[in-house]
Amino acid sequence: MKSFIGKRAIASGVSLIVLIVIVFFLSRLTGDPTNLYLPIDATQEMRDQFRQMHGFNDPLIVQFGRYVMDLVQGNFGNSLRQARPAMDVVLEAFTWTLWLAVITMVLVTIAAIVIGSLAAFRVGGVFDRIATFFSLIGAAAPDFWVAIVAIVIFAVNLHVLPTSGTGSVWHWVLPVAVLFIRPFGLILQVVRGSMISVLSSAYVKTARAKGVQSRSIIFVHGLRNAMLPVITVIGDQAAAILNGAVVVETVFGFPGIGKLMIDSILLRDFAVVLAVIMVSALAIFIMNLLIDLAYALLDPRIRY
Amino acid sequence: MAEHLLEVRDLSVEFHTLAGTVKAVQNVSWYLDRGETLAILGESGSGKSVSASAIMNLIDMPPGKITSGTILFNGRDMLKMTAEERRAINGAKIAMIFQDPLAHLNPVYPVGWQIAEMMTTHGKPGAESSARALELLKRVGIPEPEAAMRKYPFQFSGGQRQRLMIAMAIACKPDILIADEPTTALDVTVQAQVLALLEELQRETGMGLLLITHDLGVVAEIADRVVVMNSGHIVETGNAAEVYRNPQHAYTKKLIDAAPGKGDIPAERERQGEPLLKAVGLKKTYGAFHALKGVDFSIMPGETVAVVGESGSGKSTLARAIVRLDDPQEGQVFYRGNDLLAMSPREVFGLRRDLQMVFQDPTQSLNPRMSVFRLISEAWVIHPDILPKAKWKERVAELLVKVGLKPDMAERYPHQFSGGQRQRIAIARALAMEPKLIVCDEAVSALDVSIQAQVIALLDGLRREFGLSYLFIAHDLPVVRDFADRVIVMKAGEIVEEGTVRQIFDAPRHPYTQALLAASLDPDPEVQAARRSARRINEGLVPA
Repeated sequence: MKSFIGKRAIASGVSLIVLIVIVFFLSRLTGDPTNLYLPIDATQEMRDQFRQMHGFNDPLIVQFGRYVMDLVQGNFGNSLRQARPAMDVVLEAFTWTLWLAVITMVLVTIAAIVIGSLAAFRVGGVFDRIATFFSLIGAAAPDFWVAIVAIVIFAVNLHVLPTSGTGSVWHWVLPVAVLFIRPFGLILQVVRGSMISVLSSAYVKTARAKGVQSRSIIFVHGLRNAMLPVITVIGDQAAAILNGAVVVETVFGFPGIGKLMIDSILLRDFAVVLAVIMVSALAIFIMNLLIDLAYALLDPRIRY
Repeated sequence: MAEHLLEVRDLSVEFHTLAGTVKAVQNVSWYLDRGETLAILGESGSGKSVSASAIMNLIDMPPGKITSGTILFNGRDMLKMTAEERRAINGAKIAMIFQDPLAHLNPVYPVGWQIAEMMTTHGKPGAESSARALELLKRVGIPEPEAAMRKYPFQFSGGQRQRLMIAMAIACKPDILIADEPTTALDVTVQAQVLALLEELQRETGMGLLLITHDLGVVAEIADRVVVMNSGHIVETGNAAEVYRNPQHAYTKKLIDAAPGKGDIPAERERQGEPLLKAVGLKKTYGAFHALKGVDFSIMPGETVAVVGESGSGKSTLARAIVRLDDPQEGQVFYRGNDLLAMSPREVFGLRRDLQMVFQDPTQSLNPRMSVFRLISEAWVIHPDILPKAKWKERVAELLVKVGLKPDMAERYPHQFSGGQRQRIAIARALAMEPKLIVCDEAVSALDVSIQAQVIALLDGLRREFGLSYLFIAHDLPVVRDFADRVIVMKAGEIVEEGTVRQIFDAPRHPYTQALLAASLDPDPEVQAARRSARRINEGLVPA
């Protein structure tokens, strides 16, 4: 197991380095940030001074060398916009997004597993049809549209929830609810399909011949086997939120990593963009590791 | 009328499918008493498993529907019980084991837990159940039972898995054990052990044993009475020995006649001239596992060489090595004097048409999206020099007639055929190449006995007509006896004995060959009874 994690870490480290190089040079190609930060009537002298201060006058390769040197010392550079260490800015935003992802995915997982399993138990029944209908709508609904409609209904017309920002528990309701819809629809379908095939398997027949109760057949014999394909999808969906629920965070003015990423790209805040990428990459790496661990935990055939 | 332990009266079951209503069993009646073994004998599609599924409440409704009948267990009609009452009987009073124990054990739970669950489900406390599960593992002969408790199904061999299923089934000391093809997927020597275990347990507990099988040998070994089923009806029922000796119904007679291994051994042919194929020192390893440890043999033109052995003996690896589906690490295979293994891919391509293969499962080896015409003519697409396109239609029709099908079947797809017909299509496909040697890897193992006999007759006829040679991989000794000229017995990657059919079957020298032959079941109940008592005397169970 240790060597497995080690190999994974090396492979991921190499891709991360390649990614940093590409993003570093590509982002510099978008242009000089000076014009975005100084007032339009700033003098040439002020502009030169700004460039000098942030090292934008040096050749790209020198800038890159300096960035790498700082990086190995654990210095991720400063945010141009907020004039403080880029990593502090990113970790702050990441904490918000992490909570958003965890809360959403816990709710999605519980709901999708329970409803999907019950739907699979009586395929074609009323419950199955209703669940399938709503999950398909959920999987297909565009989140920007759902987010705006939700604001219009609950915040503007009914005045029961805040439109955007943070500050209270109520501020979390709409972002979580909107982020919930699509993964819920997708994962419910995967749970249902996986459960249907598991429930028609030979070992479920054995369980029925043993006289095991239906509840145990679904949630003890069936579920653990049915979870294997589901876990992959849960991981993918969680990663998608962690990587920045850009649209939802922007619509709800939620100070997460997706919103930070977009703002930083638009303002050419290079150090922050790179720090976001490194944090996201680490999050994805840990996510994949967790998926593999979950697989091994659920299925003994993978463990040995 | 005396009350039976279990009695099925006038049972009819239908299944509603897209293709229409299938009457799986019609007006079936039989009974089972304490301490006796009843076998339900039938081929695939005969409905032999349906009454057992009805007893265990395993028929999904819909699509299934019980249209008539009663199932009396200790005098009470099970079909009128509530679901909860049925559940309380399942496992506790009537337990069941199945054909493929790997698929029927839950892959993600330890076996100790799965056996204990049988008891906790029926109200026994957890600790007591675990203790009894351990006892049961010892009773059914699982080595290192303490460690085995925590192991998972995939960590056991096929025979051990069936023992685990049996341990689970007898956990609550049921009145009845239903065994649905319990030994079909097992090697012959393992089959004998599992049947012996079932018999012992029955003697100990006095339970009634209902055995569902297609195998006359299994019936002969273990059954007191037999019910013969054909397409949903009971055609005959009676004492097992009686039915074998004096079958009344035409179907029963046909079934008994089709049982392989009874006829005279064909006359031996001289082996002279150059061998068609000669293998020298074949070695193949998969990681640390030695599948072939230096195998030598040869096949003469027009000869059938059978390779027999149990699972893991390396017989399929050998077949795949000969046709270069899976190259061995060492050794040579000379085809008409040229080393196949040393040839370039281009040279092998030219020889491919001489060496063809027929696989075990025609459902998997025929592409379901290709019509029979395309399946057979594909050979000529790949090797255009065999036949000009104008003659393809005619030749496909000819080949279909040759393998006993009709020319107008060319436009159909594999799923529209039965298992036996599909295997005929696979043979027609091999013949399209006009091969010299056909490698049959368990080619008749998946087929019903009567179909098996027909396919063997077909292969034999083709050998005569075209002078074909066969390398016939099989685990079923009686079939080999009927069909082969020479036999190679393999064990753990090595040839342990080689000889003519007469030598191997009448005077086996190697102990392993002797064990294989002894474990192979004779369809005659009297022969089996004699062997059984001989075995007991040998083991010192009964004074001679």
